[in-house]
Amino acid sequence: MNWGSSAEFFRMGGYGLYVWGAYAVTALLMAAEPWLVARRRRRAFEQAREMAQPEAPR
Amino acid sequence: MTGRIRWFTFSAPPRFYALTGALLPWLWSIAAALALAALYIGFFVAPTDAQQGESYRIIFIHVPAAWMSMVIYLAMAFWAAVGWAANIRVASMLARALAPTGALFTFIALWTGSFWGKPAWGTWWVWDARLTSELILLFLYLGYIALVEAIDDVRRADKAGALVAIVGAVNVPIIYFSVRWWNTLHQGATISMTAAPKMATTMLWAMLLMTFAFWAYAFAVVFMRARAIVLEREADAAWVHDLAAGSMEQQR
Repeated sequence: MNWGSSAEFFRMGGYGLYVWGAYAVTALLMAAEPWLVARRRRRAFEQAREMAQPEAPR
Repeated sequence: MTGRIRWFTFSAPPRFYALTGALLPWLWSIAAALALAALYIGFFVAPTDAQQGESYRIIFIHVPAAWMSMVIYLAMAFWAAVGWAANIRVASMLARALAPTGALFTFIALWTGSFWGKPAWGTWWVWDARLTSELILLFLYLGYIALVEAIDDVRRADKAGALVAIVGAVNVPIIYFSVRWWNTLHQGATISMTAAPKMATTMLWAMLLMTFAFWAYAFAVVFMRARAIVLEREADAAWVHDLAAGSMEQQR
């Protein structure tokens, strides 16, 4: 175990800005990408469903 | 389409769509489990580095991301070439699906490298061979994406994209060997296939586990994007209509 307290953990031996700056952006991007891709697939599926439906009278 | 060899089976869009759909939950679970293990070892088991203090912990994501940026580019060029030469549509779709994820990992490699470089070198950025060639990789990804999106005829776009992807592949060995060919500020290879690792075993494990986590993530997110592309391109195919009409109950 490297850290005596959570404050010490977040301080990262004085490198907190760099370590968390690197990890936070990585985590954010790797969460955003699957979310955007899932949305894209869902939209493609919805579009296919609309095209699959027979012409309904409006 | 007659007389095709069995292993072409998964190159048919419906098969590809079904197979990747079945794989996705497994890939996501593996990615999450490996990432958690890597983070635990990286932050709680691996000791403080004698020279760099805690800032070295950035390499647990930096090195895997940099590896992924190169591997994904080669995979993209390979599938683009297969899609072009053998006229296999799914291969071209896979190439397109790889590009944004490759660009993402390239950006992460540059970003985390910058956040490591500031405390280690005293600068966010230098124009040395490794950093510059990695930046060129990012532009190659973005150029590929812009090109294939700009051409309306999808198969023509695939071919033009393949040409760019293949030519750009020259950059990958340049990135990899840049630290040997030129006198760079960037350090040499972290891991060598021929020499014993220079890092503590726990550090090595954190990095390798994160690498496998990134691999699983890349497979998952690329398959997801490829499935979206399959649906978009095959929107008027009968199997997609069957799928869409038949599966009101579940959206696989």
